[in-house]
Amino acid sequence: MGNTVAEKILCRSSQNDSVSPGEHVICDVDVIMSHDLGTLAIIGVLEDMGVEEIHDPSMAVCPMDHIAPSHTVEDANNKNIIREFVEEQGIENFYDIGMGIAHEVLPEKGHVRPGELIVGSDSHTTSLGAFGAAATGMGTTDLAYAYATGKQWFKVPETIRFEIEGELPAGVSSKDLMLHIAGEFGTNVARYKAIEFAGSTLRGMELDDRFTLSNMSVELGAKFGFTPVDSTVTEYVDEKTETEYEVKRPDDDAEYVATHRIDATDIEPKVSAPHKVGNVADVADTQGIDLDQVFIGSCTHGKLKDLQIAAEVLKDRSVSKDTRLIVTPASREIYDQALEEGYIETINDAGGVVTNATCGACLGLGMGVLGDGDVCLAAQNRNFQGRMGSDAAEIFLSSPETAAASAITGKISDPREVRS
Amino acid sequence: MKGTAWTFGDEINTDLIAPSQYYGDSEEETAKHILEPIRPEFASAIEEGDIIVAGKHFGSGSSREIAPKAIKRAGIGGIVAESFSRTFYRNAFAIGLPVVASEAASENIVEGDQIEIELRRGIVRNLTQETEYSVSSLPDVLVSLLDQGGLVNYYQNNEGFTE
Repeated sequence: MGNTVAEKILCRSSQNDSVSPGEHVICDVDVIMSHDLGTLAIIGVLEDMGVEEIHDPSMAVCPMDHIAPSHTVEDANNKNIIREFVEEQGIENFYDIGMGIAHEVLPEKGHVRPGELIVGSDSHTTSLGAFGAAATGMGTTDLAYAYATGKQWFKVPETIRFEIEGELPAGVSSKDLMLHIAGEFGTNVARYKAIEFAGSTLRGMELDDRFTLSNMSVELGAKFGFTPVDSTVTEYVDEKTETEYEVKRPDDDAEYVATHRIDATDIEPKVSAPHKVGNVADVADTQGIDLDQVFIGSCTHGKLKDLQIAAEVLKDRSVSKDTRLIVTPASREIYDQALEEGYIETINDAGGVVTNATCGACLGLGMGVLGDGDVCLAAQNRNFQGRMGSDAAEIFLSSPETAAASAITGKISDPREVRS
Repeated sequence: MKGTAWTFGDEINTDLIAPSQYYGDSEEETAKHILEPIRPEFASAIEEGDIIVAGKHFGSGSSREIAPKAIKRAGIGGIVAESFSRTFYRNAFAIGLPVVASEAASENIVEGDQIEIELRRGIVRNLTQETEYSVSSLPDVLVSLLDQGGLVNYYQNNEGFTE
C-alpha cells in the first residue's frame, strides 16, 4: 500500500521505515515560526522550562506581523522584549514590522522547502502546504518545547483528497472554490486530517491561487493542506533557497479516507455570510447588502495576484462614497512589486486606503477595526463574530475580485456585472 | 488510571469548557466553572480521577490552553471522546491531561460507569459493563510525558524526548 504526502513527510521526519494514520511519532522539525504574539508567550514558557538557549537559532523564523506597527504602549514594550530575545538567542531570521505576514515572508525569504516539516504559532501555517511542506499551527507550550529541543510529537493524520477538474469560469477564483468546498462539505470535513488537492484545475492554477487553498485548509479543520508540487513550485523555491530538499509526492496507490470530486466549471462567485466560514451562499443571493467597509488583505489575500485583480477592477473607477476600502499587501516585497506595476496608485486613486504589510484588519487589532453595526465584506479567511472588532459587526467573506467590485457599488455585487 | 464516567454530547467547545466570562481568571478559579453553561453542578461534584466521556469534536473552538488546564485542575483524570479538535488534543498533551479517542467507548459508556484507561497498551476498560475498547496506543515517550504532567515538567526532567 502506498503513502500520502503527510505520511511520507512524517515518516522522513521521524526517521521511521513506515508510519500509518493514528500512530504517534516524534519528529525532527525543520522550521519553527513564531510571530509577535506567539513569540512573546513562548518567551514565558521557555522561562518556566528553565531554557536559556534554544536548540538551534537557525531553525527559528520570527516575523512581527500581527500588530504592526504597535498601537499601544504595552505592545511597544512587548515588541522590545521580543527584539531583546531574538538578539540574545542569535535568531537571525527575525523580521521586524513592515516585512510582512509570516506565511508570505517564510517562502519569500527562502525558509520553506517541499518535503519539510514546519510548525508555527498561527493556525494559517497550513498555507505552506502550497510549497509541499507539512506545515501546521500549534500552541505556545508545544512551540516552546520545539524551540528547546528541535522536536515535537505528531499523530499521523488520515488524508482526504479533493479532485478538482475543469477550468474555473471568468470572475471565479480559487477563493470561490474554497468557499464552495466549505459550503458543500462543511467545515469539519477535514478535521484532524491532511488534505491533498489534485486535478486539472490545480495544474493550471497560479501559485498565489493555490496558496489560498492550503491557507484555508485549516478552516475545513485540516492539519495540513497540500497542493501539488510541480515546476511552478520548485522554480520558485530554487530561486529563494540553496538548501537541498526532497519533494514528497503521493503514491498512486496511497490510501485516502475519502475522495471528493468537484467540477470547477459551474462554480459561481461565493460569499460566506456571518458568522461562520461554512455559511456559504452565491453572491447572486446576497447581492445588494449595504457595506460599511471592504477589506482586501491578510495571509489569504494580500498577495500580488490579489492586488492586481483589485487594481484591474478599480481602474478608472471610484470606491463608493458610502463605504471604505482598505487594502493591505502581505509583504514588503509584494508592496514593492505592486508599486512598480502601478496597482498601489490605482487603488489609491480610486479612493482606497493602502496600508503597510501586516495581518491588519483581519484580526481586529488595528488598521481597519469594525464598529458596532458595521457590515464588512472581507477578502480574508475568517468571519467569526468579533474577529475584526465589534461583536455587533457583521463580516462576509469573498474573493478579492468580488470585494473590489463591491467597494465600487458599496453593496455586495457580482464582479462579472460590475466589470461588464 | 481509574475513575467514574461523566458523559457529555458532541461539540463540547472551549467556550463551554472555560466560559469566556472567566477569561483571565486563574486556573484554579476557572476550574470551578468548567462546563458550567451546560452542567452548572458538574465542577463542584467532581471527584479526583473522574473521567469525562464525550462525543464528537471535544474541545472545538479556540486553542486556549486554559481549557485542558482547568479540566485537569478540577480533578479530571482523563477524557475519552469519539474525536477531539486538533488544538485541544495537542494542548492536552502539552499540559499533561490524558485524552483518548474511541468511538465504541464513547457510544457505550454510560454515566457512572467505572472506567480504566491503559494508555501504554491502548485500552479503555469499562469495569461496570465488563467490556474493553481498544484505542491507538501511545509510544512510551508520550505516556511518560503525561505521567510527568506535561511538557514543561517533562523538559525539566528529561531535557528532550528520550527514546
